[in-house]
Amino acid sequence: MPLSDSFFGQKFGITEHNLESYLSEALGAGGDYADLYFEYLATSQLSIDESIVKSAVQGVSLGVGVRVLSGERTGYAYSDDLSPEKIRKAARVAACIANGPSKVDKTGFVEARRRDLYPIVTAPSETSLAERVEFVKRADRAARAADRRVFQVQAAYADSLRYVLVATSDGVLSTDRQPLARLGVSVLAREGDGVAQSGYSGGGGRVGLDFFETEKTPEHFAREAVRQAIVQLNAAPAPAGEMTVVLGPGWPGVLLHEAVGHGLEADFNRKKVSAFSDRIGQQVASPLCTVIDDGTMLNRRGSLNVDDEGATTQENVLIEKGVLRGYLFDKLSSKLLRSRTTGSGRRESYQDVPMPRMTNTFMLAGDSDPEDIIRSTSRGLYCANFGGGEVDITSGNFVFSASESYLIEDGHITRPVRGAMLTGNGPEALKHVNMVGHDLKLDEGVGICRKQGQSVPVGVGIPTIKIDRMTVGGTAG
Amino acid sequence: MIDPEMASQAVRLALEHGATDAECTVSEGEEFSARVRMRALEKLTDAGSRGAGLRVLVGKRVGSSHTSDLSSAGIRQMVESALATAAISTEDPYAGLPDASDMGSLNGDLKLYSDDIQSIDTPARIQAALETEEAALSWDTRITNSDGASFKAHAGERVFANSRGFLGSYRTSSCSISTSPVARQGDAMERDSWYSSARSHSKLDSPAAVGRRAAERTVRRLGARKVPTQKVPVIFDSVTARSLIDNIFEAVEGNSIYRKASFLAGKLGQRVASENVTVIDDGGMPGLFGTSPFDDEGVPSRRTVVIERGVLESYLLNSYTARKLGMRTTGNAARGLTGNAGVGHGNFFLKNGTHSPEEIIRGIRQGLYVTELIGHGVNIVTGDYSRGAAGLWIENGEFAYPVSEITIAANLRQMLLDVEAAGSDLEFRGSVASPTLLIREMTVSGS
Repeated sequence: MPLSDSFFGQKFGITEHNLESYLSEALGAGGDYADLYFEYLATSQLSIDESIVKSAVQGVSLGVGVRVLSGERTGYAYSDDLSPEKIRKAARVAACIANGPSKVDKTGFVEARRRDLYPIVTAPSETSLAERVEFVKRADRAARAADRRVFQVQAAYADSLRYVLVATSDGVLSTDRQPLARLGVSVLAREGDGVAQSGYSGGGGRVGLDFFETEKTPEHFAREAVRQAIVQLNAAPAPAGEMTVVLGPGWPGVLLHEAVGHGLEADFNRKKVSAFSDRIGQQVASPLCTVIDDGTMLNRRGSLNVDDEGATTQENVLIEKGVLRGYLFDKLSSKLLRSRTTGSGRRESYQDVPMPRMTNTFMLAGDSDPEDIIRSTSRGLYCANFGGGEVDITSGNFVFSASESYLIEDGHITRPVRGAMLTGNGPEALKHVNMVGHDLKLDEGVGICRKQGQSVPVGVGIPTIKIDRMTVGGTAG
Repeated sequence: MIDPEMASQAVRLALEHGATDAECTVSEGEEFSARVRMRALEKLTDAGSRGAGLRVLVGKRVGSSHTSDLSSAGIRQMVESALATAAISTEDPYAGLPDASDMGSLNGDLKLYSDDIQSIDTPARIQAALETEEAALSWDTRITNSDGASFKAHAGERVFANSRGFLGSYRTSSCSISTSPVARQGDAMERDSWYSSARSHSKLDSPAAVGRRAAERTVRRLGARKVPTQKVPVIFDSVTARSLIDNIFEAVEGNSIYRKASFLAGKLGQRVASENVTVIDDGGMPGLFGTSPFDDEGVPSRRTVVIERGVLESYLLNSYTARKLGMRTTGNAARGLTGNAGVGHGNFFLKNGTHSPEEIIRGIRQGLYVTELIGHGVNIVTGDYSRGAAGLWIENGEFAYPVSEITIAANLRQMLLDVEAAGSDLEFRGSVASPTLLIREMTVSGS
């Protein structure tokens, strides 16, 4: 699509000539690279609490970020005003990082290869609010109807539509339209005067409204949230100590995100502050493990046609049969490490500098039957769902908390337990994987990844896997 | 500077278009950050942005919107957008603004803004970051690398107006220096960090002090081992103890109380913690990060004793949660630009005890001193608590060796009752603060 037909061309009259002149200004004090990131973001959030739609919010934000790279140095400035004088001012501020004659000859733009991983004619945020508010009302009704022990229901629906334009001094010009929607339901349930327990379920992606009508309905999320809360009502405190852990398929893939994903982001490795630094080619997991980060999956929450530096996203093999194969690169790290970008440069908004981030991170399916995996475990913990996790990149130590887990006794899943926290060390934990199921499942689309204060949507996935030895942090002996 | 008239105008425009009540926030901020790594400048950011948010009531229906476009067309669109969202919301009998009698603002200089953060030029700011990192790098030969150091400064202004006649504004400033050294021993690496932040540049700790503290914290983690699973006394240092105070806040804020989503719901007037626990929220302490003249719906900030010697004395409420509970707002409304106000805190802290941290450590025969917590394993509904931890093992009153890759678990209900000592080292480095705390017993999970 020519720039003149794009969102920023149409709405703000931005031309290639404008972009070139801003980039020249940015490189006016030297520097070896500059880029511009224009962003227009429209958001909506609708939420229900006590069967009342108490909150409905719509918003728009708009701005441009200007970045100048000079060796290892980055200059950054942004403006929420797209007038030429304000953009030029931001460009001059970013330019302060560099010192010397400009080393860049600008000669026009080449548009990034076009494709559409989220071909949605009408984005959710372009539909009527009245239509979307039905989702939270339906979720509320379904959750309350699902079980009499449910006494609180909250449901929240949020969508956004982001238009981006990236122009770089090495001639990349890319535009994208990125829809995103998610619905989440949380419930509290109680038996008599007992302690209340909570359940949560949610999902979405770069999808249209029909996703919530046909694929994953509000009723689906509501019933799942209620099921989880009810399970917790009968749960005993989680055990403590080292034991065999079996992860169920889907969202438990957050293990990969924490245990290896962050540690493989190239910025940490360039600085050699990651537990995975200088380990390419080494065995960091059992040969059963192949871990992929793929930004090209259709309609997935973590997918992007182009990353936030205008580079085409791709499928990246991080670990192949247990051997560390590659890192996730943004432009700066690929320049400094003389590697190619992996299309992993992402940022939260125009106010933020891009950095290497994950997209959709998952482990390839293995050969084992999930039931055999359980049967082969004499005593252990089965984790069906997780809350969040966190990792210390440098030591490699990570944790993640199970929101639904069960004891495995004599090859059978027996009693539910609550409050289990798993901890391990990134380059070591996956070496103890000794069975991988054939049931790879991706999560339903709720993941948010935070790094250095920036949040971006991501996906995870995993088949059922068995980890021989992992520390479980509970309170029971 | 924001023209306060902008907020009043948006409120008037909303009323003209059919809102029965309205409240508008306009905010502006400028940020600067200089980041260095391994003795060289790595990144400079310098920029500003503005935004406005509007919340309208149409009878008992509520709608909200926000925009970064402060032109008159942008404001008009914001008004239309808020009214459109009100049209699809449901009547909420408790929706509304605070009572006029509750609105107001603290007088006097709260020392939230200081010109001195603007008076330092960019080279001096970069120099401060370089010195902070250098102090860490040169502290110990085992510090072989660095994840960088930063100098950051922020200045902002917030204006709030509502249709009941409230109009107020205040400016804030802040600056900070920080560094994250990396230490190596054999194949193992450890990273830790330290920072100093203040509303005035003159209140910042010196780069040398911050760098040295970061280095000490990092080096003492080297050679960490896992300990066997066991139940022991656990000491939270003043950094990690803050997260427990955060957990107490989540358990006493009005939303989790009226939804019965807190283990402290319905416990007003009851003993919920040991005698050693007195927790206070105070939004009026000059110069601190939790201070403001009024909350985010125009109610003056104040001092509220939340827990007094173990007895739960008050929840923290905004006007909505107060109406839901049949109580009065405690001036704790908090929100970004728009939406229904949530509940936030001012300076929220646990009062100093009488023992120094060293004395508390000396009293432990065998136990864990926690210096880092990771993960989110705290359930405020049930009180279940399980988090990843790192720290130092205590044997016979002294640090024996560092530990990591462990978790600590208990239930917050019991943990609060089990606070056997609070240290005398309370220090406000943010809006939440705590002295060192000793918990009688927790499960440490390791090998």
